[in-house]
Amino acid sequence: MGLLSDPNRRRALIGLLTRLNAPICIVCYMAGVAWFMGLSFEPFTLRTYMSENAMGSTMVEERFPAGERALATGREFSAHKKKTGGMPVDWLVKTMQARGLEVFTQRFSRTLPFPDENKERYMVKGTNVYGILRAPRAPRTEALVLTAPCSPGDENNQAVGLLLGLAQYFRNQIYLAKDIIFLINEHDLIGMQAWLEGYHHTNTTGMDWSPLQGRGGSIQAALSLELSSNVVTSLDLVLEGLNGQLPNLDLANLFYAFCQKIGVLCTIQGKLQRNDWDSVSGYSHAVQTMMLMVMKQASGRPWGDHGLFLRYHIEAATIKGVNSFRQDKTDATTIGRLLEGMYRKLNNLLERLHQSYFFYLMPSLSHFVSIGYYMPAFGLLAVILLLRALDLWVQLVTPPPRTEDGDTDIDQQSSPGVLSVLTPLVISHLTGVALYMLPIRFQEMAVEHFPVSETEAVVLTAIAIYTAGLALPHNTNRLLTGEGTEQGWRVLKLVAVLYLAVLLGCTALINFSLGFILALTLVPVAAFVTPHVPKVLSAFVLVILSPACTLLYSVFFFHELQEMPISFQEGWLLYLSVISQGILDHYLYGSLVYPLIAVLVYPCWLLFWNILFWK
Amino acid sequence: MAAPLTLLLLVAVTIRAALFRSCLTDLIAERVEVVSPLTAWKRVVEGLALLDLGVSPYSGDVFHETPLIIYLFHFVVDYAEVTFMLADVITAVALYMAVKDYNKQVFRKQKFALEADRYPLDCLELIRSPKEMYYIPLKVAMFYLLNPFTILSCVAKSTCGLNNAVIALFILSTIRGNVLLSAVFLSLSTYQSIYPLTLCAPALLYLMQRQYIPVNFRRASFWWFITEYAFMYLGSLSVIVCLSFFLLGSWDYLPSVYGFILSVPDLTPNIGLFWYFFAEMFEHFRLFFLCVFQINVFFYTIPLSIKLKEHPVFLIFMQLAVISIFKSYPTVGDIALYMSFLPVWSHLHRFLRNIFLVSCVLLACSALFPVLWHLWIYAGSANSNFYYAITLLFNVAQILLVSDYFYAFLRREHHLTYGLYLKRKDGSEATLILK
Repeated sequence: MGLLSDPNRRRALIGLLTRLNAPICIVCYMAGVAWFMGLSFEPFTLRTYMSENAMGSTMVEERFPAGERALATGREFSAHKKKTGGMPVDWLVKTMQARGLEVFTQRFSRTLPFPDENKERYMVKGTNVYGILRAPRAPRTEALVLTAPCSPGDENNQAVGLLLGLAQYFRNQIYLAKDIIFLINEHDLIGMQAWLEGYHHTNTTGMDWSPLQGRGGSIQAALSLELSSNVVTSLDLVLEGLNGQLPNLDLANLFYAFCQKIGVLCTIQGKLQRNDWDSVSGYSHAVQTMMLMVMKQASGRPWGDHGLFLRYHIEAATIKGVNSFRQDKTDATTIGRLLEGMYRKLNNLLERLHQSYFFYLMPSLSHFVSIGYYMPAFGLLAVILLLRALDLWVQLVTPPPRTEDGDTDIDQQSSPGVLSVLTPLVISHLTGVALYMLPIRFQEMAVEHFPVSETEAVVLTAIAIYTAGLALPHNTNRLLTGEGTEQGWRVLKLVAVLYLAVLLGCTALINFSLGFILALTLVPVAAFVTPHVPKVLSAFVLVILSPACTLLYSVFFFHELQEMPISFQEGWLLYLSVISQGILDHYLYGSLVYPLIAVLVYPCWLLFWNILFWK
Repeated sequence: MAAPLTLLLLVAVTIRAALFRSCLTDLIAERVEVVSPLTAWKRVVEGLALLDLGVSPYSGDVFHETPLIIYLFHFVVDYAEVTFMLADVITAVALYMAVKDYNKQVFRKQKFALEADRYPLDCLELIRSPKEMYYIPLKVAMFYLLNPFTILSCVAKSTCGLNNAVIALFILSTIRGNVLLSAVFLSLSTYQSIYPLTLCAPALLYLMQRQYIPVNFRRASFWWFITEYAFMYLGSLSVIVCLSFFLLGSWDYLPSVYGFILSVPDLTPNIGLFWYFFAEMFEHFRLFFLCVFQINVFFYTIPLSIKLKEHPVFLIFMQLAVISIFKSYPTVGDIALYMSFLPVWSHLHRFLRNIFLVSCVLLACSALFPVLWHLWIYAGSANSNFYYAITLLFNVAQILLVSDYFYAFLRREHHLTYGLYLKRKDGSEATLILK
């Protein structure tokens, strides 16, 4: 409390902070970036370890024998899929019933707000088929889920086969204490959404689905299986879910532990783990892996069918079989044994997975960075905003020098009324709301008047409104309030900086990666912008660091990280499709990134744009 | 001044009416920051349903409002939204009138003091001018009506708005010098939520100051006035309590309302300090800490009254703040009430030290409440500690805010007696240090 009550020490501290403000800010920014880059350096990270007692100490023995038969079922499934030209519902029901499951189906339909050009769907109708294996050992109050999507074309047939094979095998085991639900969902995430909403009696996105006829207990964990070849070289674990939510780290630990035990190659973000952390290439490999996770998490979209489970408090992950040119192959029996082992361990759970971390980044499967380690990187960026705010506050409250004509100074001090701050705030937020509402509303009109498809109409309207917003606010403000004063922009900037700090802080808590990426680009803008910097150059820098451009770089950077660079032309097309996917994710699954950017981040950036053109 | 006030009232009512019609109402009414188990509208509706069925609304553990409230809504339940808007309007108008009166008195006192040459010469900067005081009542009404906290509380139909109205009426009648009405409204607000009992100290001080009765324990007039006030207070309180008894036909409500407030059995998270502490505690120590926590609310009355006996209105502000920080089921509506007084102390701004820090923290915490709630309850990735950390920070910021105003007030008074530019004994410039 000495600092808060002793005026001399306070004055000294504030003097130091305002005098050295710019250097401290620069140092903080560099330190933040350096800290973040340091996170993937192996000695700074923690080794993963199993925290959950029920899964850690017990041993299980895997005996699943029927890989070949599962593949045969998969081939049968594929034949029926081709015959019916979609999901072979009757065959699936019959086969599951033959394996002794209680089988139910769920029909669903959904009209997308605009056609999805990536997956070529607009009016979606489908059926989910699921079979419940009732637990022989315990009251049926808890359940585990194993899902495999029924994808169009020749994909994922092996996954369905293996799922059915496992169902048959588990049917004969007596140790199960939790129901196991085997789900085959059509139209990937849309089907999954319908099933989860049906299971939990909620309807958050306005989808039509028939109610579920059969139910297991409360779902404790779920795995989604994607397998498109008879043999695989490695298994890839996908963790990122809706809005950047991650499953409990123990689920990843479980997968890693079994891969080690059975001797299957395992990857995360498609990257194998390397042991040479002390070499440059080893370090850059870890950085790439972590960056990929950051980019995927920041996108806020589910990166596998498991992504929607997380919203219901269910720990879930997707396991993908990868078949590359490597020599050592793993057959279906081994994958089956791996899944059997994982389910037996999950079966031992006494409570939901909660012992381990929920907030983490993984530079490799065996190492992780917990929230306590990565938050300082964000904190160092956020502290810049607070320092700038402090600086502005000190400038605002220090009375202006009285020697030279005191009257004008006093006028200036009193003039920045509520109106001069409120007007830009309201206008930029209205622009944000327009950016959020109009693209979907105006698609029909745009299609009538311009030679574009619906999807293009939505994306281009969004970009048009975004660009139009740059012209609107500062002009309107000048019109309304006349001359802007020196104090006026300071007050506005103080508000904007604090707003950005709170906004980024909240974002980083929910989705660290998104918050960090936004902070990386927006914090420099917030720190340097004043009406007195060179206009053209700063306007250019401001546009380059705006949220839309951040998204564009992210698209290129993401492909760079995946080691398949793209040309500018492809990148631009991809950028457009990313925007449409982002909007679709919001309307279909309730992803929050699009409204966040449109309604909050973009208006906040517009405030800084406004300050630059303060007259 | 009537025109801007009317305009303000219209704007405030429009905002509330618009929000009542929007889809946000249900969301807001569920927020734990806005409604407490005492004030939730959902519970009032449940109580009404029980009453209609001929069952005592206090059977079961849902309804904890007072009988008068439930009988009020028994008649106006169809106009509930209007009632809550009206309550806010009444509060704002009462505060407006009260502050206007208070400002007049402050100005008159200042004039007398100036004429009597009681202020040191270098204190002219500290003298308040009618120009700056002119808009203060309007600002007070604005701070109350347009405060997001009040709006949320009103849209959630939290009965806290009604309690605020009663307290505002109490303040108005006290400042107007109406002893009887002051006692009646004080008893009504005590009846509503116990804690406003501590407001009797500033009310007594103020009324005595107004009637030129010296605060002296040896004077008979002092004791006579206190007896008089206590008689009126206790009389109206007993009338209200008996009325409740006759309305319900049982004493059920006493344990269910006051027992509920004092023994804190419902540990639903809120912005207060009780829930986490009592959820974590061993049952063995519960009674002891319950006493400590509850005495905490009442205890500050004594030192504050001694220190601020010359300034009862500032004491009311301090008491309201202390109540809203330390009460057992606080909501943002309680905070809004004492925050509406901040414009009255706008002349203290030059002495405030942490206002920037505190307002940043309050702002950030208000935004973080829903975020951490989401992470804890919906996403399941955070836990109660995260939420409680923010609650704690929020309350620390409030305490800092209040103590900062307290310090600024005392410092201004100090300067008014000893001069603004203090010199040390050796003639160099001195600084005041609070230790």
